This record gives sequence, C-alpha cells and structure tokens, in this order.
Amino acid sequence: MISRNPQLNRTGELQHLLTTEGLPATILLEILDTAESFVGVTERDVKKIPLLRGKSVFNLFFEPSTRTLTTFEIAAKRLSADVHNLNVAVSSQSKGETLLDTVNNLSAMDADMFVVRHLQSGAAHLIASHVQPDIHVINAGDGRHAHPTQALLDMFTIRRYKQDFRNLRVAIVGDILHSRVARSEIHALTTLGVPEVRVIAPKTLLPAKVERLGVHVYHDMVKGLKGVDVLMMLRLQNERMQGANLPSPEEYFKYYGLTQEKLSLAQPDAIVMHPGPLNRGVEIDSAVADGKQSVILSQVTFGIAVRMAVMSILAGN
Amino acid sequence: MNIKQLQPPDAEKLFSDLVNKIQPDINENIMLVGVRTGGVWLAQRLHQELCLTHPLGILDISFYRDDFDRIGLHPKVKPSEIPFEVTDSHIILVDDILYTGRTIRAAINELFDYGRPASIRLAILVDRGERELPIAAQYVGAELVLPSGKMLNLQQGSDGKLSLSLHDKQLPE
Repeated sequence: MISRNPQLNRTGELQHLLTTEGLPATILLEILDTAESFVGVTERDVKKIPLLRGKSVFNLFFEPSTRTLTTFEIAAKRLSADVHNLNVAVSSQSKGETLLDTVNNLSAMDADMFVVRHLQSGAAHLIASHVQPDIHVINAGDGRHAHPTQALLDMFTIRRYKQDFRNLRVAIVGDILHSRVARSEIHALTTLGVPEVRVIAPKTLLPAKVERLGVHVYHDMVKGLKGVDVLMMLRLQNERMQGANLPSPEEYFKYYGLTQEKLSLAQPDAIVMHPGPLNRGVEIDSAVADGKQSVILSQVTFGIAVRMAVMSILAGN
Repeated sequence: MNIKQLQPPDAEKLFSDLVNKIQPDINENIMLVGVRTGGVWLAQRLHQELCLTHPLGILDISFYRDDFDRIGLHPKVKPSEIPFEVTDSHIILVDDILYTGRTIRAAINELFDYGRPASIRLAILVDRGERELPIAAQYVGAELVLPSGKMLNLQQGSDGKLSLSLHDKQLPE
C-alpha cells in the first residue's frame, strides 16, 4: 500500500505545508502563481486583503528567528488574520509541557493555523498528525530537515529573474550538511525541472550520499561555479556545528567565500541569493552581497507574498 | 424582456445599446475599471469605442469574495491592475452580468483599498435581477428574467466579438 502524503487531503489538495519533498510541480506552481497576485497587493496603498478575516494564526517558534517570524507575521496580518506570536522557548515548554500539550491548549483557543519552527526535525509533522482536520500547519523550519517556504520564495525569486527553470544551472554553496534550506531547495529545483543542480562544499559539510538527491557534487568553487546561472549561498551554521568541521572562518572564506573574482566564473548575468542572516566575510564578501548581481533583499520582499499565498491556499482547502 | 424560450440575446446588440447609454456621461475625468473576466472584455471594448485616453483598470475580486470559506481560492487568481490614482477619481465599474450583487460588493471594497474615489457608477451588459444586496447599475444593456437554475455567460470570440450563452447552473461538488 502506498501511504498518502501527509501534506495532502483526500482530494490531493494541500492541507499542510511540511516539506517540498514529494510535492508535485502543479502544487509548487500554484503557490508561485498565487504569490504573483499578492506581489500586487504589497505594492498598494492599503496592503491588506480580507481573505483570512476572523482566522487565528499562531506562530510557534521554538527556535530564535527574526526574518522568518516577521515575514510570516506580516503575511498573516496582510491577509487580515489575527496573529499570535508565542515565544515558546521562554513559556510553558520550559516549565515541562510537551509539544503536543502546548498545541492542544492552543487548539482549544480556536487556532486555525500553526506556523511552527523547531530545532527537532519532524516537529511540524508531529503536530500536523495530531491536530483536528480543519487546522493547518506550516513548517517554518525543523532541525536539519526542511524549510519549505524559504525554498518556495527562492523558486519565486529565480522565476522572477530567470523565467524558465528548464534551462538553468543552479549551484548551492556552503554548509549543506546542517541546512534544511538546501534540502528543501534541492527537492523544489528538481521537481520544477532544473536540469543541473550542483552542490559545492567541503566534504565535512556535505551529508553522506547527497548525490542520491540528484545533485552534482563539487568540492572546488572554481570548477563548480563555471557557467552557473543561479548561486544560492548558505550560511555557515556555527550553532549547529558539533566538533571541528572546519579549521576557521577565515580559512573557509578563502576556499568557499563568494568574492567578485569567484563570481566572475559564473554566467555574466548570474544572480546571487542568500537565505540570511549573512555572515559577511565568511560565506560571502560584502562587495558581492551588496553588488548588482545580488537579489538577497528581493528574496525577503517576495517572502511575504509567497507566505501569503501558502496561507491562503491552505485556508481555502 | 422575459426569455422563457432558451434563446440568449445578441451580446453585440446589447453592447451598442450600452455604449449609447454611457456616451452622454463621458468626459475626460472618467476612469473605466473592468471586473475579470467578462467585465474586462467589455471595458476594453468600451474604452476603444468611447475613445478614452486614461489607462484601463482591471480588478480580480478573488481575494475579496465572501464565499472563500466555502469554495477556497480560485486556482488562477490574476493580479488586479489599477494604473491610476483612485483617490478623487470618477470611476465607471464594468461587469457582464449583474445578479446577486456580491461581485460588485467585493469590487467596491477592493477599489477602496486603492484609495477613496470621488464616485463609482456601475455599467452592466445584462441585469438578471434576483439581487441579494442593495446594489443597482446606472447603465444597463438589457434587463432579463431568466428561468431559475439557468446561468448566463459572456464569451469573447477570437475576432473579439461578444456572445451570450445559457446553461444550467452547476451543482456544487
């Protein structure tokens, strides 16, 4: 028996957004197309529409976040939802309440949607499998596993600048091992038909058997960046490093930091992306981060429209 | 007009009647806004026919519908485009069929999120009555009484010609 994708309801519509893995291209494109309409809303005088009026969205962040939490909050408010931000790290959980008890209590307060970030992989799946069928769960990052809205906003940004996925070379550079963003990006890129996805990293920052995800592995930036259309830089995740994966940030920058010189190996019109927060001088040089090929701040802006699209599609299904 | 026999009226004839009714009120301050999809076809034709110079506005009211909770988001929502300053403008809103009035309620709400217009008037190809909200059109191509359970639809051919067709109301799945 084939088990049903836990993100989809019986009619194949999106019920929760937990990971980009296993989502069909039709659903990914539906989200990107819907987000396109929301970009128009964010450019108006009144940046608010009444779609989620009367709905309660709970942001459950068990891990610190600024950009993701804020953009989810802005997205929900622009859809007219009531937004509740719970700083769970300093609330009941630290008093010993289990994750599911926290969720049950919030459901009893008539929650319609949970946006969950957790340091443990699978936390959002666990919540999604326990909530009532009319409650929707969005994974805002779980451990090393997935960060689907970040991947979707990256796909949206790529499509805005490069139009067609089917003739692109995309390189994901840096700490692939600890990166939920990289995993979600790889699934989304391959589903959307990108013919060549490369990962560039030292051996110590690559998960075992990463080739199985359908990517080409490079350990050398000079070879890996040749002819690339899109560069997705990753943050060096010091807080997730256990033991000595790397000699020093300076050493890392020397081999894997993106400088103007290394960028010139890619296509002349290549775009540079980064999910933030930036470690300037570690994975990316300031001149590149602020340079004309950088689309890093567009990613943040598009992130609001993409999260509005995900929330309204879920709420309508 | 009462169409018991299932013969839809000639859309092109109704359109030229509509043009004649709007013509006397047209001046350089008038802005046209069409409601997707049929209303946009009509607004484009009116814009041409009335020789208007201001850019045409387009509304997709999907985000303002009152039945979102029941039917969800339409999968092909397209962006609204209002390429002029709404505040203090005189707007003629254009749609194909006026029925319950709920679409127009949504369209007016959306327009107000762009600004505070000086006035909004409504131009409609066919008013089929059975209103559920207190909304009336100032310019009407024709008033029709339709058999219950029937829907009237506007189409545009590849030559740009408009036509109307009658069919049974789709039952919800």
